[in-house]
Amino acid sequence: MAETATHTADHASEHGHETSTGLTNNKLAMWLFLGSECLLFGGLISTYMLYRGRVSDGPHPMAIFDIPFTSVSSFVLLMSSLTMVLAVSSAQRGDDSRTNLWLTITAVLGATFVGGQVYEFTAFIREGLGFSTSLFGSSFYTLTGFHGIHVSVGVLMLLSTVGIIRKNKITGNKAEVVELVGLYWHFVDVVWIIIFTLVYLIPS
Amino acid sequence: MAIIERPGTSTTPVVVTPQQTLGAVKRPVATKGWREWLFTVDHKKIGIMYGVVAMVFFIIGGVEALLIRLQLAMPDGQILSADKYNQMFTMHATTMVFLFAMPMAGAFANYFLPLQIGARDVAFPRINALSLWLLIIGGLVLNASWFLGGAADGGWFMYAPNSGPIFSPSHGVDFWVIGLQIAGVASLLGSINLIVTVLNMRAPGMSLMKMPVFTWMILVVQFLLVFSLPVITVALVLLMLQRSYGATFFDVSQGADPLLWQHLFWIFGHPEVYVLILPAFGIISEVLPTFARKPLFGYPFVVFSGASIGLVGFGVWAHHMFASGLGPVSVAVFSVATMAIAIPTGVKIFNWLLTMWGGKIWYTTAMNFAIGLVVLFTIGGLSGVTHSVAPSDTQQTDTYYIVAHFHYVLFGGMVFGLFSGFYYWWPKVFGKMLNEKLGAWNFWFMVIGMNMTFGPMHILGLQGQPRRMYVWTEARAGEGFFNLGFWNLVASIGSFILAVGVLFFLINVVITARSKQQAPLDPWDARTLEWLTTSPPKAHNFDRIPVVHHLDEFFHRKYEEDTATHTMKKVAEGEDLVRAEGDAADAHIHLPSPSYWPILLSIGVGLLGLGVVYGIPMMVIGFAITLFSAYGWVLEPSVAEEIDFEPSDNDGNTKEIAPLG
Repeated sequence: MAETATHTADHASEHGHETSTGLTNNKLAMWLFLGSECLLFGGLISTYMLYRGRVSDGPHPMAIFDIPFTSVSSFVLLMSSLTMVLAVSSAQRGDDSRTNLWLTITAVLGATFVGGQVYEFTAFIREGLGFSTSLFGSSFYTLTGFHGIHVSVGVLMLLSTVGIIRKNKITGNKAEVVELVGLYWHFVDVVWIIIFTLVYLIPS
Repeated sequence: MAIIERPGTSTTPVVVTPQQTLGAVKRPVATKGWREWLFTVDHKKIGIMYGVVAMVFFIIGGVEALLIRLQLAMPDGQILSADKYNQMFTMHATTMVFLFAMPMAGAFANYFLPLQIGARDVAFPRINALSLWLLIIGGLVLNASWFLGGAADGGWFMYAPNSGPIFSPSHGVDFWVIGLQIAGVASLLGSINLIVTVLNMRAPGMSLMKMPVFTWMILVVQFLLVFSLPVITVALVLLMLQRSYGATFFDVSQGADPLLWQHLFWIFGHPEVYVLILPAFGIISEVLPTFARKPLFGYPFVVFSGASIGLVGFGVWAHHMFASGLGPVSVAVFSVATMAIAIPTGVKIFNWLLTMWGGKIWYTTAMNFAIGLVVLFTIGGLSGVTHSVAPSDTQQTDTYYIVAHFHYVLFGGMVFGLFSGFYYWWPKVFGKMLNEKLGAWNFWFMVIGMNMTFGPMHILGLQGQPRRMYVWTEARAGEGFFNLGFWNLVASIGSFILAVGVLFFLINVVITARSKQQAPLDPWDARTLEWLTTSPPKAHNFDRIPVVHHLDEFFHRKYEEDTATHTMKKVAEGEDLVRAEGDAADAHIHLPSPSYWPILLSIGVGLLGLGVVYGIPMMVIGFAITLFSAYGWVLEPSVAEEIDFEPSDNDGNTKEIAPLG
């Protein structure tokens, strides 16, 4: 295309044209989305904090939480943030094979966390905490389930990114796409730190 | 739908084959007929579709209102059953707030925001289309409930546990919850899109403080939406889980807190009030200076008071809950915050008055509606301040006084602002002027009708008539001036006068559409950038991206200050300026290409939502469509790629994607 081309819309940012803020459109949009997500989790966490002591006839939180197990799975999730950083840095150096490797490892760690959550849920249900058992049960499963869905969507995004990079079908700036997935991934991790502290560590 | 266009030179359309994306599916290239609209990503076409959809819902919501007023016109009304009456007022409010007011503001925002900041489209054109289609799907789901076992009946704020399965056994509330979640996602995507557009895509030279006030107010509104929508989403999800999946969030027998829903709802619900009114404030901040032929008085004050209304708007939600027993400290804090928010609002009112003061006012229909807003909103604002006084509010809670208040601010304020916008911008969007004579009928019927309908409700409310009661009896109607029967009848007659006013508008639209007379390019001697292009604007908006030096750039290109007399003298006509832009047109202009994915994705999301009512299979189908469209979306470049076009020939002819019928 001629040098005089005047690009518009998200095309502009893909080609690194100047924007008024200096941030690309995609990145600004992702930050806004994450800001909105903060309030989504804020609402869910508030609901949980309101209801965590209201157990009716069901089990009490401290009676069923397996803190060592959840600590390990939390550690796994936190490590996935490290591998994500490595993926972003590889992508910025233009090293596709390293990028894909780290993205895949991140996805595997994320999937391990989700697996741990599934195991934890089934264990809790065996111990008598159903979704309808008590206010604690409903709000616990809703909050952690919402987070689990976010991690699962993240895993899907990571694996899709690997596939698209491998097929060389990526639209736009490759390093930026990886970075955006990374922003989402780190956000989900940070939210888990808050949830883990408030739900598991602080006794009710 | 020109993909590459070179304005001002003759073109030879070349047939091109779109690159295949995702196997068999090719990019849509139709430039004619319904396909052009269904798959478009042009912010102007999307804006017009927003407007049409919102207008349809305005009429539906209006008919619901008329049925309510018919029911209440006489004692022991027989028009509606108690159950149907509950559904009617719930759906009237839901439709007007979520399916008329927000989309109509969205129509103006979509159409004019890129034009006002000198951009060629929004930041994410496909997401823009997705917002529109999700809104339509959400509106359909909401209203489908009428035919699928009855609509929602818990009032627009749907207090739980009252909205639980015991008191609302039909699927109405389920459809309501799903429809609003889908419409909420639509608004969230739209708001992110518009914020990025304003922050990132302004024309060179347009600093934030050179932005038109309408753009400013839309920006504030989008921030309100980004941070308030997730909160109601939480509330809706909790209610959905309770009603459909056995959760206990609002089950008082388990120890649930009945205030949980109220807090979550109003943390969204109060910013929502400003989401509704600020776009109208923005519109009249454009209209008043244009027709008073003076710059807006105190532009920074109008901007910053708008922003502070938005900010403080997040801290006043509990004034909707004074009657629920919050405790004296909370009540005091929220009372004071509510009184405080009247200050920036008052600042705006005075700025508008001083804009008109000493101006050579041109009483067009647009101007009449704008002045109507200033007057009627002030009345509604003053009764609003009486609510901030908690003891007084306790008397007024859930009476017609509240109904009177919010209809003065929402109808007298928001709707008048939107109508002012219709008359002001119609020539820009459609290239034809709405008839001013019919406009006068439209305006006066609406003013008289609106005051006859909602004025008496102040009296009804203070006399103690509760809102949401489906009948009132003669025995308790009272006597003399305060007779409930008399004022109810007046309100009902008023509502039909109001409806006739709206009918005049619709007739005006039809007559204008049939007329052949073209509007001049700058009919109002306007001030902002959207007038620096043809009417209707070309697909690429501006032949040349304008460089901005002033607030009210278009005005300053037409007028220069006479240093001797310190008056502004016209040095150029709008027509000449537009022609000059055309002569200096940019060479290559890339526009985003149409796409199937937004509409397909929103259908998938709709089915996914309906799966909550109709079971897992539908959910799976919806999920599959959503996922398929998401991948199609990701794999399709938003702007057609080079290989989609014939190679450039040497004589510099323009390439366009030719219509494929």
